[in-house]
Amino acid sequence: MDTWLSNGFARSLTLGFMIACVCVGTAHAQAPSTCLDCHAALDPPLQVTQAQFSQDIHAQKGLTCASCHGGDPTKADMDAMSKAAGFRGKIQRNQIPELCGHCHSDGAFMRKYNPSLRTDQLAQYRTSVHGKRLLQGDTKVAVCIDCHGVHDLRPASDSRSKISPLNVAETCSRCHSDAKYMQGYGIPTDQYAKYKSSVHHEAMTVRGDLSAPTCSTCHGNHGATPPGVDSVRNVCANCHVFQAQMYDKSTHKPAFQSAGLPGCVVCHGNHDVSFPTDAKLGTGPEAVCMRCHKPGDTCDQARAKMLLDLTQLDNAFKSADRVLTAAESSGMEVSGARTEQDQARDSLTKARVTIHSFQTELVEQDIQEGLKITAKTQAEGQAALAERDRRRRGLGLSLGIILAVLLGLRLYIRQIENNSHNVETAELHR
Amino acid sequence: MVADSNPQSKPARRRIIQVLLGGGLLGSFASFIYPVLRYLVPPPVAELGGDQVIAGKIAELKPNSAKIFRFGSRPGLLIRNSDGSYRALSATCTHLGCIVQYHGDVQEIWCACHNGFYDLNGRNVSGPPPRPLEVYEVHLQGDDVLVSRKREA
Amino acid sequence: MTLFAAMRNWIEERFNWADLTAPLREKAVPAHDLSYWYFLGGITLFLFGIQVCTGILLLLYYRPSATEAFESVQYIMTRVQFGWLVRSIHSWAANLMIFTAFCHMFSVLFLGAYRKPREMTWITGMLLLFLAMGFGFSGYLLPWNTLAFFATKVGTEITGQVPVIGHGLKVFLRGGEDVTGATLTRFFGFHVALLPGLTTLLLLTHIALVQYFGMSVPPAVEARWKALPSEARHIKFFPNFFLRELMAWYIALGVLGALAAILPWELGTKADPFAPAPAGIRPEWYFMFMFQTLKKIPAKVWFADGDVLGIMAFGVAGILWVLLPFFDPAGDKRGRKLVLGAGMFALSYIIAMTIYGYMAK
Repeated sequence: MDTWLSNGFARSLTLGFMIACVCVGTAHAQAPSTCLDCHAALDPPLQVTQAQFSQDIHAQKGLTCASCHGGDPTKADMDAMSKAAGFRGKIQRNQIPELCGHCHSDGAFMRKYNPSLRTDQLAQYRTSVHGKRLLQGDTKVAVCIDCHGVHDLRPASDSRSKISPLNVAETCSRCHSDAKYMQGYGIPTDQYAKYKSSVHHEAMTVRGDLSAPTCSTCHGNHGATPPGVDSVRNVCANCHVFQAQMYDKSTHKPAFQSAGLPGCVVCHGNHDVSFPTDAKLGTGPEAVCMRCHKPGDTCDQARAKMLLDLTQLDNAFKSADRVLTAAESSGMEVSGARTEQDQARDSLTKARVTIHSFQTELVEQDIQEGLKITAKTQAEGQAALAERDRRRRGLGLSLGIILAVLLGLRLYIRQIENNSHNVETAELHR
Repeated sequence: MVADSNPQSKPARRRIIQVLLGGGLLGSFASFIYPVLRYLVPPPVAELGGDQVIAGKIAELKPNSAKIFRFGSRPGLLIRNSDGSYRALSATCTHLGCIVQYHGDVQEIWCACHNGFYDLNGRNVSGPPPRPLEVYEVHLQGDDVLVSRKREA
Repeated sequence: MTLFAAMRNWIEERFNWADLTAPLREKAVPAHDLSYWYFLGGITLFLFGIQVCTGILLLLYYRPSATEAFESVQYIMTRVQFGWLVRSIHSWAANLMIFTAFCHMFSVLFLGAYRKPREMTWITGMLLLFLAMGFGFSGYLLPWNTLAFFATKVGTEITGQVPVIGHGLKVFLRGGEDVTGATLTRFFGFHVALLPGLTTLLLLTHIALVQYFGMSVPPAVEARWKALPSEARHIKFFPNFFLRELMAWYIALGVLGALAAILPWELGTKADPFAPAPAGIRPEWYFMFMFQTLKKIPAKVWFADGDVLGIMAFGVAGILWVLLPFFDPAGDKRGRKLVLGAGMFALSYIIAMTIYGYMAK
């Protein structure tokens, strides 16, 4: 096969023939394909059912089995698999990228189907770890069909597709979490497990945020390669812009660069990025600063100051929240203060972003902004509670007056009924 | 209570009852009338602030700039276009709720949290935001810029 | 001459005050163990008076449009001086009034005050009860919050299931096919104009009839007093009974004030017609027994639709209830037993289904 394809003439012949098949296939998009007549009844791995293939996007666009495998789909039985008609049988794994690329890298061709589809997948693939290793003869690495599927290939927008954002991590993990399969490559196999514990995974699966990062977001899909030490910051910065900008201006950037440390990952991890709490700035097990810095040095002091500020605002926020909840549960209306609390929370979020500048004065600024707001909401909550107490005192007063009236009436009734005799008064209270 | 047997205590008892009843009735009427009278006085702020707010003054914004204003319980973004007209949208990013900002140089609305972009019609054009921003109606009334939600039937 | 005496003189010179007030001065209320039940009608009237007053006050600030209703109630609760008090009293008194109206109706039933010659009093009273529930239903929507919006939707949906006229009735109530701002405007019109007008007419009739016939005496007491005339006791309405009634009214005021200050009425969240219905929509407690019944009737009973059957049943029951006095003509022991039995059944059913409705999720 290899020699056949290395011959330029043979190649163009095959290509020409395949294109002809495609044209024929397209023209006869609804024409019966005899291949499935037998192959639907066979056992895997030869089995391809009509149900499967009807889901395939290539089939829906009018391609047939012969488009990739060659042969003559109009003939019945084994005649269909004639070598004369260009039948290739099972495609070798190391030829799959080229096979797919024949169409998918051809801009003029792909334009006929979807002009906005990219056509650089094969070129990207060749830069990837998978692509490079495939060229060296490693057929265990992923090729097109491993991720995209083959006979029931769905577009990425289909949520059942193996490459839909919701499913990408699982698709990658089929190899990358299989310790036996990955033996000899010298890379860990716990990425998927770690990713599942991350806040990015939670965003996607729990909050349904399809824009949350998955494996391909940071590693690339066709050009899948772990980001280099220098480029981690760039990758994260695609979404986390402010943090990256502050990091750039901070002392950590040159320090990490000269130490060959991969930026964000040092403190936040890569696959198991967890929701960052203020404990990261602390001294406990989650603390990151003290992994490098020494207790008592200026950085430690800065850390302590930032943590103090954050805790202060957090406490102020929670305290105001408690007062407002108490006011609300006694029936006072404090929706205005609640809105301002949202702004205070935004200040806290902003301050936590500003940490990445590693300058206490900047963090302090954001904290002070927030504290001004929480002071206001706290006061509003207290005012609501005071108003509630005022109302209750007013109620007490009016109840007192009512009691006085009731008592007065009682006595008055007694008085007039004991004295007057012009009416028979039957005691209503016995 | 013991029945009236002592003639001497009668006038005194009568006085007590008179005071109690009379004073009580008067007091109770006062405690009804007083709140009603206070209620009748209109409060200083007459606007409800619900579906319509004054977002700012006409001279406040320069062309191609914007400000955040409070619309009910949520923030809104008032933009003054380069030609001097106004537009207003919700300022709550539809991704995770951060407050968006206006970038005059590219005339787009940007969310700093995760780099989301909206065009001037509120449509989410790039980044994580899944839905467009709600667009409000803007009217000019004298010196004020009035922003209101789109009317329903 | 004191000012008071001078004013009295002035009126007596122009009006035959003595004759005019004679019935009032001579009015006597039968005094027996069950006389306390006589208070209920007066308390219901008193609460209605409170509703009119607080309602008028609320009218000064409320805005009946979908875009402003909720905000105007919020405004009343937060910005208007004592607005929280007026609004909470209005909401609580509404519920209390309907409760006392029901108690009044049942006490009249059990004490036999509907009997000849007071049939018209009962009929006007029943109509007033229906009007009171109409007040409750229409008023509930006015703050335009989520709970009210969906409760109204469900409630009007149910009226739509009445055979023949159901759809027309529903469209009439809603001001269209769906519950919209038009419904709000319409309910506002019902609540502040139509229903008060009808109620005023019926109320005047009802009170006039009560004055005309005087207070009825329960059958057992009547029998005893007939046998032993010396046992019969009456107290003058003015001032004796009136003063006692005044005490009851002041107690009611105290209860209302306490409820308004300690358990203020909720504002809720503004209604969003496009949001999905929240879980646990239910009507106010006075409709709960009907609502729960409809929920529990199976979808199909023989050939008929379960809901329609339920609605028809309640309709027929309502009509029969209005005509109750005619089931107990004078001197008919069986008739009295029938009415008492029906009363016991109705009371227990209402209480049981109301509790059931609140317990079930």
